[in-house]
Amino acid sequence: MERELRLMKGNEAVAEAAIRAGADGYFGYPITPQSEIIEYLMEANPCVTTGMVVLQAESEVAAINMVYGGAGCGKKVMTTSSSPGISLMQEGITYIAGAELPCLIVNVVRGGPGLGTIQPAQSDYFQAVKGGGHGDYHLIVLAPASVQEMADFVGLGFELAFKYRNPAMILSDGAIGQMMEKVWLSPQKERSKKVPEWATTGKPENRKRNIITSLELDPDRQEAFNQKLVAKYNEIREKEVRLEEYQCEDAEYLLVAYGTSARVCQKAVQLAREQGIKAGLLRPITLFPFPSKRILELSDRIKMALAVEMSAGQMVEDVMLAVNGKVPVYHYGRMGGIVPTPDEVVENLKERIIGG
Amino acid sequence: MKEVTGTKEYIKPENLVYRKSSLLTDDIMHYCPGCGHSTTHRILAEVIEEEGIVHDVIGISPVGCSVFIYNYIDIDWQEAAHGRAPALATAIKRLLPDKYVFTYQGDGDLAAIGTAETIHSCNRGENILIIFINNGIYGMTGGQMAPTTLPGMKSSTSPYGRDVSTMGNPLKITDIVATLPGTCYVTRQSVHSPVNVRRTKKAIRKAFQYQKLNRGTCFIEIVSNCPSGWKMTPVQANKWMEENMFPYYPLGDLKVPEEKQGDQPKTE
Amino acid sequence: MAKIKGSIVVEVERCKGCEICMVSCSTGTIAMAREVNSKGYHYAYPANPELCIGCANCAIVCPDGVITVYKTKV
Repeated sequence: MERELRLMKGNEAVAEAAIRAGADGYFGYPITPQSEIIEYLMEANPCVTTGMVVLQAESEVAAINMVYGGAGCGKKVMTTSSSPGISLMQEGITYIAGAELPCLIVNVVRGGPGLGTIQPAQSDYFQAVKGGGHGDYHLIVLAPASVQEMADFVGLGFELAFKYRNPAMILSDGAIGQMMEKVWLSPQKERSKKVPEWATTGKPENRKRNIITSLELDPDRQEAFNQKLVAKYNEIREKEVRLEEYQCEDAEYLLVAYGTSARVCQKAVQLAREQGIKAGLLRPITLFPFPSKRILELSDRIKMALAVEMSAGQMVEDVMLAVNGKVPVYHYGRMGGIVPTPDEVVENLKERIIGG
Repeated sequence: MKEVTGTKEYIKPENLVYRKSSLLTDDIMHYCPGCGHSTTHRILAEVIEEEGIVHDVIGISPVGCSVFIYNYIDIDWQEAAHGRAPALATAIKRLLPDKYVFTYQGDGDLAAIGTAETIHSCNRGENILIIFINNGIYGMTGGQMAPTTLPGMKSSTSPYGRDVSTMGNPLKITDIVATLPGTCYVTRQSVHSPVNVRRTKKAIRKAFQYQKLNRGTCFIEIVSNCPSGWKMTPVQANKWMEENMFPYYPLGDLKVPEEKQGDQPKTE
Repeated sequence: MAKIKGSIVVEVERCKGCEICMVSCSTGTIAMAREVNSKGYHYAYPANPELCIGCANCAIVCPDGVITVYKTKV
């Protein structure tokens, strides 16, 4: 399969990209608004082409633990779900982080809390970037803002997950999952035959037994392990920050937004500039690691930052931490599955400017 | 190594009839005296060694007393979250179909928190072996009531005895999985006496052989003891088990595979 | 007629004194020592070694794999 241009839904792009990235296994459970991913994979039936295993589990709990098992064998495995399902997976995710296993998890976010709505939201930010399950850990979190990035981040997610032996998450939302756009798909990659030295594949004579576990009863050894994780997360913070800037060069007012909100804010920046307001947009592509350093740099020359999110205000806390009190930081958000309009964002920005 | 020996003149290599498997590590198992976990670990190691599958087997350890089984048998292991071992095993076997995959789980792990994973992996007929230790109690956390605790049986969370009207009935999950088309071999055994140890070992051997033939899920329940949790000596516990556990959980095969031409596994 | 004779070797430090081997021994070879090992367990030992027939029941039922068994015809 060569590089190919197609018109696809974001969810379908994830599925096709997974096959093309040479994924070994997908384990999932249907939930709106991302069921197209497993439907697409079942129909594509990659088992007969690349040998990729696709299995519909009995629950999200089982699905994420299948991912644990597959990842423990050194395989490229993934799952996808939406907010309530991702909540169910938190147990498995923290075990995966604790056992230092690489895998990819896609969250096509819908509004909550509880059963909430099936419409798009960005209200799982805290859950994604602060840990989500119990214990001190982080996921590597990628936030796509287009169908193209939905596809591209599958390969990138796997790459980072294996590089750091850490679970990676694509934090998308119902809008990007459901919208159709043109997308360039990568050529088919072969499934890797490489077996990582830590993988459990049956103990050969020439190595000690491998044990995949997150258990350590000795406090000193557990703390040493925690410190090892901290060092890993710091390295990720140092090396893996990804972001996009739009008209930030002379910006006095910095919008910070990711995913669907960033698309809205790009238009809002144009509208604001038409009205003589020097706005710019910083779009974090990695939410963990968060582009704090760059936001701090920019805060030397801006008057104010406005975090725009489809939530009650979650990422805004990381913007505040980054700015560290240098300029005022505000939040504008819509919830319940409502996507803000560019006009709303500009109006809110103007109110802040006058009010500030 | 301090040893006490019987008649010295008979101790010659050519006279050796039993020595513990070299697949068992030198670590002394953390289990209480007389615990059936130890016995089961020992014979599991023996079967893996005798079948010559050491380099092709992956075990899944549970949460509970036997979480540390990976310290005792020298093979590759994954340690699962509570109850999730069959989900791990499912993926491992699907991704590495030529390997032997088994889970080792207690009654709380398998029949309470992991009921869905147990039933559905059996129902899909995953080509895995599930070893289920049923001692009717949560040993690791200090003797609380298990899904398999007998009616009237005392535990730290049923201190007046299990009242089935409020605490539910003991779950015969092995009987349930035997009804599922996905399971091929379902048996209930014990390891408290020499003859029972021999039968259980034979069952484990058969299960690995069926796995090689891709016949579906093999499920071995081992009705076992918990001397500390039951507050008895090991010998008393085994007697109590015979008198009280076996009537409720009768030993024997619940399901044996239909014979297919040429694929009946060899027996001992 | 040839007689079957056996002998056992008990690894003292691994023994937890559960007594299951003793009750499984049909010939009365095994008893529990008055002394204890370093863990404080009264370990199993061949109190009547001449009775042993090397049936290995003690070893087969021993949870901790403490016992090694030898058997011969004399």
